[in-house]
Amino acid sequence: MIMEKVITSAHGSGGLGTSSLIENIFAKYFNNEYLAQMEDATIVPGGRRLAVTTDSFVVEPYIFPGGDIGKLSVCGTVNDLLVRGAVPKYLTCGFILCNGLKTDDLEMIVKSMASAAEEAGVKIVAGDTKVVPGDGGLYINTTGVGVFEDEEFGADRVAEGDVIIVSGNLGDHHVAILKTRMGIENNVMSDVAVLKDMIENMRSEGVCIKAMRDITRGGLATILAELSKASECVIEIDEEAVPVSSEVAGFSDLLGLDPLYMGNEGKLVAVVAKEDAEKALECIKRSKYGENAAIIGKICERDDEKHGLYINTHIGGRVKKDVLVGEGLPRIC
Amino acid sequence: MNEYVKKASAFLRDYDGPKLSFMEICGSHTNALSKSGIRGMLSEKIRLIPGPGCPVCVTPTSFIDRLIRLLEGGEAVVTFGDLLRVPGSKGSLNDLKALGYDVRMVYSPADIVDMAMNEPDKSFVFAAVGFETTTPVYTLLLEELIACNVKNVRLLTALKTMPEVTEMICEGPTRPDGFLAPGHVCTVTGSDLFRPVAEKYGIPFAVGGFKPEELVMALYALVKKAGSGEVINCYRQAVTESGNKAAEAIVNKYFIKSDAYWRGIGMVKSSGLLLRKEYMSYDAGSDNLTEDNLNTGCCCGRVITGEITPDKCPLFGKACTPANPVGACMVSEEGSCRAYL
Repeated sequence: MIMEKVITSAHGSGGLGTSSLIENIFAKYFNNEYLAQMEDATIVPGGRRLAVTTDSFVVEPYIFPGGDIGKLSVCGTVNDLLVRGAVPKYLTCGFILCNGLKTDDLEMIVKSMASAAEEAGVKIVAGDTKVVPGDGGLYINTTGVGVFEDEEFGADRVAEGDVIIVSGNLGDHHVAILKTRMGIENNVMSDVAVLKDMIENMRSEGVCIKAMRDITRGGLATILAELSKASECVIEIDEEAVPVSSEVAGFSDLLGLDPLYMGNEGKLVAVVAKEDAEKALECIKRSKYGENAAIIGKICERDDEKHGLYINTHIGGRVKKDVLVGEGLPRIC
Repeated sequence: MNEYVKKASAFLRDYDGPKLSFMEICGSHTNALSKSGIRGMLSEKIRLIPGPGCPVCVTPTSFIDRLIRLLEGGEAVVTFGDLLRVPGSKGSLNDLKALGYDVRMVYSPADIVDMAMNEPDKSFVFAAVGFETTTPVYTLLLEELIACNVKNVRLLTALKTMPEVTEMICEGPTRPDGFLAPGHVCTVTGSDLFRPVAEKYGIPFAVGGFKPEELVMALYALVKKAGSGEVINCYRQAVTESGNKAAEAIVNKYFIKSDAYWRGIGMVKSSGLLLRKEYMSYDAGSDNLTEDNLNTGCCCGRVITGEITPDKCPLFGKACTPANPVGACMVSEEGSCRAYL
């Protein structure tokens, strides 16, 4: 059956339209032996300990400079598994398509998901589609399953003296989305990416990783303020060491946004043992998306009352930072 | 950091002369001073007071209440982000947005022109707050509305001017030893705007930029010139003495001086701007918004006039937090209390 040019409620009917959509788009690109079971539930080989995570993606516009909602929906979930120390194995995806979505766009998005899944080494093994009234957009939920072949990372392992590394420039995704919505032209592209090889590099070199976080919404400051709370340790970072491209810095300055609180989709922050810091940095720098990685700070004393994130500013000040409040709105004067 | 800035930083850290208090009257300065940690780098003898320089902080509850009435009447309210969270008597614009009312956030007032042309049957109101810096932007919006013959946009204005409120503060019990004059405002008005107040009260005004280095140099100038009544321009790359005459002319074309109500402070004579009579069709009822139903206990007014530091307010950091602001000063990153936190 030939696909129509736009998605209609028939594609979510469970009948012929749905089969056609699965056959022409989803199964075509996500093709693997598990999905091919085409049963109500897919049976997959497992492991002793599993990591499970889920995330929903609603970004507008759904195609943006540097990526699209499909790539995002794979990278976001896979990265959550990776930074916990798991090896991502399987993804499920739930599509909520709005009436009028261009079929070509859907196909492009699905292809992009398939390509990101291949890079991440995960198989998309189950899925669902619903069609709702709307304006031609789409939403995607992905659930990821990973297995532990090695140790897991977490805030409880963090200790005084550990070093904090960021895997690259901050704020790119945030600016890519915002500039598209605002109709501003610049060269900033979303950083959406699978962070697999930088973590594999560190593990194969035997770096002692204490904790890792995927720096998404809320930005680096939110992640580190949360890590400080969870570990009850004072965290210090140097303002000047935090990598931000000049274009993002200029754009943020103009709008009164702070790159420390801006969203990313292909960056991680790693806390590693002090003696392994240089090795870890080198491992990240030689990976596909890590060339701008930098050591930005350290874990200081454990203090159940005074813990928090502190920034040493370039002028010589010391400022405590908390998690992001509200939506990170631009300033008004 | 260059040698001058290093020396000035060390001077401000080690200063051991008479106690000095300086007021900054620009929200971006308040934000930059906090963000850079400069507040914590000064000698205990130097106190910085975040004054009434954040437009959100000085907008009375009746302005928000009026916007809410317009929303309830079916109009769309369009504004900048920070205003969304400012509490009115009964709630904020964000509360109304959550209930499904048509509240939209933009980055530039000009965005409303496209909206209005795309939805000709909808009435739009732009919530126009700001100081001398922002008013010229609203005049450009008016020019475009008139040029494009757009009739379904009005402005609800709460526009304020700086010299009158600084004079009021100088007349009060908490006259500071100097003002860090607002760099953005002076870009438009020129640094001479503050000369009459500086000379009348014999206190210095230093016009500062927004980089930490520029702020350090402006504070250094204030200490050095304490007691002098001089206007010192430390932001020469952007500010002249006489300002931007084209901006002044276009503001005068559309707006006329008026008394204005400052949240927590009260009525300040001639400290505001209203649309001129001939442009009244673009006004959504901006005059006489003078009610200010502040929460009992909220000390925003005493904070922004320097009477108390934010931590002396009983609500500070307890009932009033950035996530749940009671007073307007806790809303924006440029607000006195938010920055102090």
